[in-house]
Amino acid sequence: MGMIYNRDTFLQTIARQLGREQILSDVHRPNWNYTPQWTVFQGYSQEELLSALEAQCSRIHTDFVATTADALATTLKQVVEQYGGGPIVTWDDQRFSEYGLLPLLEAEWPSENVDVHIWDASAGRKNIEWAEKANVGITFSDMTLAESGTVVLFSDAGKGRSVSFLPRTYIAIIPKSTIVPRMTQAAAFIHKQIEIGRIVPSCINFITGPSNSADIEMNLVVGVHGPVKAAYIIVTDR
Amino acid sequence: MAMKIGADSFHQRVEAGLHNSFMRGAVAGAQERLRTRRLDAAEELGNWEEWRALGEQIRQHTLLHLDYYLMQLSENVAKRGGHVFFAQTAEEANQYIREVVIKKNAKKIVKSKSMVTEEIHLNAMLEAAGCEVIETDLGEYILQIDDHDPPSHIVAPALHKNKEQIRDVFRKKLAYDKTEKPEELAAHARKMLRNEYLTADVGITGCNFAIAESGSITLVTNEGNADLVTALPKTQITVMGMERIVPTFEEMEVLVSLLTRSAVGQKLTSYITVLTGPRDEGDVDGPEEFHLVIVDNGRSSILGTEFQPVLQCIRCAACVNVCPVYRHIGGHSYGSIYSEPIGAVLSPLLGGYDDYKELPYASTLCAACTEACPVKIPLHELLLKHRQIIVEREGKAPISEKLAMKAFGLGAASSLLYKLGSKVAPNALQPFTTDERIVKGIGPLKAWTEIREFPAPAKERFRDWFREHRKERERDGNDL
Repeated sequence: MGMIYNRDTFLQTIARQLGREQILSDVHRPNWNYTPQWTVFQGYSQEELLSALEAQCSRIHTDFVATTADALATTLKQVVEQYGGGPIVTWDDQRFSEYGLLPLLEAEWPSENVDVHIWDASAGRKNIEWAEKANVGITFSDMTLAESGTVVLFSDAGKGRSVSFLPRTYIAIIPKSTIVPRMTQAAAFIHKQIEIGRIVPSCINFITGPSNSADIEMNLVVGVHGPVKAAYIIVTDR
Repeated sequence: MAMKIGADSFHQRVEAGLHNSFMRGAVAGAQERLRTRRLDAAEELGNWEEWRALGEQIRQHTLLHLDYYLMQLSENVAKRGGHVFFAQTAEEANQYIREVVIKKNAKKIVKSKSMVTEEIHLNAMLEAAGCEVIETDLGEYILQIDDHDPPSHIVAPALHKNKEQIRDVFRKKLAYDKTEKPEELAAHARKMLRNEYLTADVGITGCNFAIAESGSITLVTNEGNADLVTALPKTQITVMGMERIVPTFEEMEVLVSLLTRSAVGQKLTSYITVLTGPRDEGDVDGPEEFHLVIVDNGRSSILGTEFQPVLQCIRCAACVNVCPVYRHIGGHSYGSIYSEPIGAVLSPLLGGYDDYKELPYASTLCAACTEACPVKIPLHELLLKHRQIIVEREGKAPISEKLAMKAFGLGAASSLLYKLGSKVAPNALQPFTTDERIVKGIGPLKAWTEIREFPAPAKERFRDWFREHRKERERDGNDL
């Protein structure tokens, strides 16, 4: 339990300025007069959302690769090679096994002298060193936003934040079923989880393509502090 | 007053701004690009007015119940093991942060861009306490290594510098040996800063939106610097203005959508990061310790007054990007970290009329700002209210009439040009232009051009230009 300092006077000042007693309970959000966020891509099929996502990828400097679950390992290997190969860092995430990627990660790549580090919570800060040296970081997407071309990542012990930030290239594997219209659906999902008493992960990332900046004469530079390149591999039959 | 930048008078600053032709060109170019992007983004949504109405309603509801939501926020932060400090003043905020930093024996601090830490002059305090403070936003980093040059735009702080100047600063301060290409400059900054993130003791961030229901904070960047600032150092301190809060994830989402579209015309920026407490048990990255500092510093005295709507602000700078006055005098002229028009409303409220009484006069009251605001703050009406108070209640003499006239001269000149905005105008003014600049004005242009050169009306009309430009961009794809 953390500490809270100076709260009472601070909140009393606010209440006084608002011309009333402090409100401690029973505040409910009103029914908003307009809810335009829910009309974006309303009624779209999964197929239509996928096309919207693909179209958006070209605007966010992100390579879009569609494949099937059976061909995923081959596709992933090709994409990694295109970006210059290892070293590679990945999440420790059950989906790598469910999608049949462990033979690639644990046997095929190492036999070809490609360094692969699977996030290992017990190794502590060593993980960050791996991620910093890695050329490619690979995660799955937990939710995917078609409108903005965004992958949503929920952190946990096996799903380190550094995997998507520190390597030079970031690859997200996106099962088609994770695609929703926009951030609205992700926010509503998280809000529901909180309402039923679930604990929010310490870090939720909404990542849209590689890092970039227009701070020098408004010229866009792709690749600043985070990854320089990004690719989404969509698994169309999962 | 901590928000203040520079000791020059308003008049001197305006003069300097007017004579810096690179800056004026850069400001005009940036305004155009950012404004066009915002308009495109709004058009793409189709129902922008509904979005604005929703944004306004969310902000108003939150402000009216601010004590309740701050209570909920602080409870939830503490539940997750974070510490919350409520700071009535800048001094209290600085004092608390200083104590944390000293307790952690911190030598190196990395920061991601934050207006409120500028407002309370946190860096100066940390440096006085013997810490090395490194700004990691590329624009802020450039300003910092150039002996703390002040920012000139909320979203693009180094807007007034050209790439050659930046190259020279890098050469002088960072042993840089490459060219002025933005890619090479950025790559060098990336390399320099990587090491700083990995070796920093404390990371300090601002907060775009805190979320009451979960005790989370939301950070919005394109560079990814806030993510490294919060993922790598062992201690994280987040400083927020007390009004930067929403009830739930659902309202955060709406305001983030409004922010990224209004600021840079993007559907979402590259990184929207929602952090809750310190790292969870078993996590490897993320801070071991998390402190949230909630700052009043004059904000509460705005609540319950006619100026309350200014607290709806989400710091997108859409108003800055449409302001004809900002376009001509640039961000430094306001003498405040918050530039026109939002700054002209906010700075006198936070910093007092003594220092900022000219700002409400540095406006043509054209209402472009009000129209651009994604949360519907009636900015031009609030500027007018300031003027009334300055004259009636405060009994302070307003800005010198001469300067006010110059400001109004600009308004008149601009509207004349817009009225002449047919294809005739460029020809009509032909005899008076040299190198695309009008050097000597006629009629209503005269007073203004006596102190400055007026940019010649474009040979293409804006509408024509816009159409052409749009076609080009459709071909090239969106580049941000």
